[in-house]
Amino acid sequence: MSESQKTTSELLSQLRAGECSSEQLVQDCLDEIGRTDGTVNAFLHVDADAALEQARAVDARRTAGEHVGALAGLPVAIKDNLCMLDVPTTCGSRMLETFKPPYDAHVVQRLRAADAVVVGKTNLDEFAMGSSTENSAFKVTRNPVDTERSPGGSSGGSAAAVAARMVPLAIGSDTGGSIRQPAAFCGVVGLKPTYGRVSRYGLVAFASSLDQIGPMSNDVHGAACLLEAIAGHDVRDSTSVDEPVPSYLNALDEPLSELRIGVAKEHLGEGLSDAVRAAFEKSLDAYRKLGAKVDEISLPHSKYCVAAYYLIAPSEASSNLARYDGVHYGTRAADYDDLVDLYATSRAEGFGSEVKRRIMLGTYALSEGYSEQFYSKALKVRRLIREDYEKAFANVDVVASPVTPTTAFKIGELVDDPLAMYLNDIYTISANLAGLPAISVPAGADSGGLPIGFQLTGKAFDEGRLLRVARMLERETEGR
Amino acid sequence: MKYETIIGLEVHVQLLTNSKLFCGCANKFNPDNPNVQTCPVCLGLPGALPVMNRHAFDLSVRTALALNCEIATFTKWDRKQYFYPDLPKAYQISQFDLPFSSAGWLDVQVDDETATKVRIIRAHLEEDAGKNMHDETGQGGGSRVDLNRTGTPLLEIVSEPDIRSAVEARRYLEELRLLLSSIAVSDCNMQEGSLRCDANVNLHVHDGAGDPIATPIVEIKNMNSFSNVELAIDHEVARQIAEWEETGAKLGEVPKQTRGWDAERGVTFAQRGKEDAADYRYFPDPDLVPVTMTTEEIDRFRGELGELPAAKRRRYQDTLGLSAYDAKVVVDRGAEFAAYFDGVAKVCGEGKLAANWTTQEVLRELNERSITVSEFSIGADVLGTLLLRVRDEKVTTSSARKVFSVLLSKADVVPADVDSVVAELGLEVVSDPGQLKAIIDSVIAANPGPAADFRGGKQAAVGPMIGQVMKQLGGADPKTVRAMLVAALSGS
Repeated sequence: MSESQKTTSELLSQLRAGECSSEQLVQDCLDEIGRTDGTVNAFLHVDADAALEQARAVDARRTAGEHVGALAGLPVAIKDNLCMLDVPTTCGSRMLETFKPPYDAHVVQRLRAADAVVVGKTNLDEFAMGSSTENSAFKVTRNPVDTERSPGGSSGGSAAAVAARMVPLAIGSDTGGSIRQPAAFCGVVGLKPTYGRVSRYGLVAFASSLDQIGPMSNDVHGAACLLEAIAGHDVRDSTSVDEPVPSYLNALDEPLSELRIGVAKEHLGEGLSDAVRAAFEKSLDAYRKLGAKVDEISLPHSKYCVAAYYLIAPSEASSNLARYDGVHYGTRAADYDDLVDLYATSRAEGFGSEVKRRIMLGTYALSEGYSEQFYSKALKVRRLIREDYEKAFANVDVVASPVTPTTAFKIGELVDDPLAMYLNDIYTISANLAGLPAISVPAGADSGGLPIGFQLTGKAFDEGRLLRVARMLERETEGR
Repeated sequence: MKYETIIGLEVHVQLLTNSKLFCGCANKFNPDNPNVQTCPVCLGLPGALPVMNRHAFDLSVRTALALNCEIATFTKWDRKQYFYPDLPKAYQISQFDLPFSSAGWLDVQVDDETATKVRIIRAHLEEDAGKNMHDETGQGGGSRVDLNRTGTPLLEIVSEPDIRSAVEARRYLEELRLLLSSIAVSDCNMQEGSLRCDANVNLHVHDGAGDPIATPIVEIKNMNSFSNVELAIDHEVARQIAEWEETGAKLGEVPKQTRGWDAERGVTFAQRGKEDAADYRYFPDPDLVPVTMTTEEIDRFRGELGELPAAKRRRYQDTLGLSAYDAKVVVDRGAEFAAYFDGVAKVCGEGKLAANWTTQEVLRELNERSITVSEFSIGADVLGTLLLRVRDEKVTTSSARKVFSVLLSKADVVPADVDSVVAELGLEVVSDPGQLKAIIDSVIAANPGPAADFRGGKQAAVGPMIGQVMKQLGGADPKTVRAMLVAALSGS
């Protein structure tokens, strides 16, 4: 078996024991990318030479007995909406096709400090807007499990790269489910941390009050390692919270006794496919067998979450994306008459249709005379959703739910039906609106072998518990 | 028909911080080296995030307190959105509905008789934009953008429309500048753009019947000096009167107009209408957290404010006995000058004397040499010592002027130099009447002609003899000399 086929925990212990070199591991990953990515299209940019050079440097330091970081030698892929010094950072958009940032994102700095080896940048829906990775201006990523199907999105490139064993670890970003939904579709682990847990400095903003960066991995252990490396306070992000980062690995393998799991009745209604429902019930049974107590709870405002989200996120996006005007950097139209035409034409040519749709939605929602009835109202709903969770967490430790209503849909199936596409986020959005951590962990497959995810949402800064609870299920489903 | 002028001013003041409002770039005027004081944050690069400069916020609070404003215990940041090349994020981080301060006032002494209270609606903090530079040669060169200024902390101070004339507007600005510089929050340099002013002007027409009629409000921009503000408003008022008489247009009947000020031609001119950018789509900036202050913190800031110009003028009049005029001259010259005056007054112990000398001798020297009081060679302790000698009648006022001019020619003077210069010049007041009497007698003896003329009733004949006595005894008081001469001439 190629090294890249192993789980993160296996790889880390082999690297530490000197049973394999980082160079060998990175080379295996690059070989796998060479074999598979022509079909899967997970990567937008791979720098093999830089990756191998870095891997050799880490190997040399390890051999010399020098200190190496927690992720030393481990290959990582990064979603292409995180800035990396002098490396193309396109956000899947024509607008930033030629943009190379003059600085590293906080998360990239942390990964470098942990001696992880950055292999490349992964594909995404343009500016992370979408649930299928079909909205990339450059390529459509395919689900490695079934290449006729979507890997989900917007972190579809990262999920597919991990699922196809091109890398053991990847960084994604999650604004309404963009880590968890592709993790579920591709059968990998994906965690969206508490808002403020990971610095957004250097993450190209989509919706600032919802965006969080998080780990994607082929196992829970990897997600825990990666989160530990990137979490923590950063003075450059005012919304980053000064809260100590615990060791997520410490008690990861210890099952929680007397676990109280809440299941919201609102999550099991119309639209949920039989296969996903069955897998969800089966997972709950597994927890019951492990001694957990499963209680029905109510999140009464969750039915408004999609509506609130599709006002708040586009509103913030319309503002965040206004800077792409063709004046200072990025794509500028070749022909224009005057300043206004320069703006209009550059933006018309630089943005894809989904981005334009959301900019228009957000601009409208913030307009004078409408913002009270749309944006302000959505913020009120958001507060109610947050309060729903606060009430629920008085009685349960975690809230369990499906990640997606269905398994991976076919490429092209929903592109002409934006509303149906938006409803794919129905179970994932509330965690973003409430700012809470949530994890998607593999929980079986449908009859066609398409992966199904199981979602756990926790209290703020309770990632450690989420990872342990997810690990309990991982152990059951994979017999490890 | 009577016309009342209604003016409200919006003043933008750049704050004296080391770094910009939301990043660590230097905050300094640097037009010759464009785009060197920039970073991903103020360039608005993808992924960069703002972090509030606490010092800028503190300076703002200090200013608002000096303007008698109420300080909010909770304030937030909002995005004001519009497209313009000098605004790289396409939004300005500003404060919309919950500014950090509101409801203040500024007392303005318009002239010797008139004082007015101008209410302040609010002061809020925001980031400055960059600067677009267009080819003005007409050669069709491209426009360029300098982002050195982008993100400079900018305090916007909005007055109520309480100002009734162009002169009042100018006095308001002068008092505001004095206040801001005395608490060291801004250098208020209009040429460098660290203080900028827009005026909202309209008329209330009193036709004698019922309520006055308000005419449409016009906003005047591009006024780059206080005198231009005054000229522009005067011009605009005349223009609005003519327009009212011609069209009769009332407030609300036409959209608010923006007019620029052409200082060369002395006219205001219509600028592009505001309709294009009317909707700024304000919303709270999700990248920043609200700022909270406790009432204890606000009180502490208030306590640290120190003496403000208005209080200083009052103190000079009430406890140092200065005239209103002198108090104004000393205070309006700025905090540094007032501190100098305070130093002189303290050493010599007499406010009025200190005021006479600082507002006359010292100011004349400063003006002639175009220097500030901190660059002036005679320190407050030195001048104070000299005036103390005057007060103690150790030297006469005219002697003191001589000493002053000698001190001016010396470098690094210290208080002890006062007495040595007095001694060098022999200007000590002669306290021995015998010595004076002897000299007077010898002068009378040497001037029989003039002595006889005086005795014959020619009063003026005593003058040259006073001069001769003074020549021999520099420190003598001319009045005493005259009295003793007259007595000697009359008596014998």
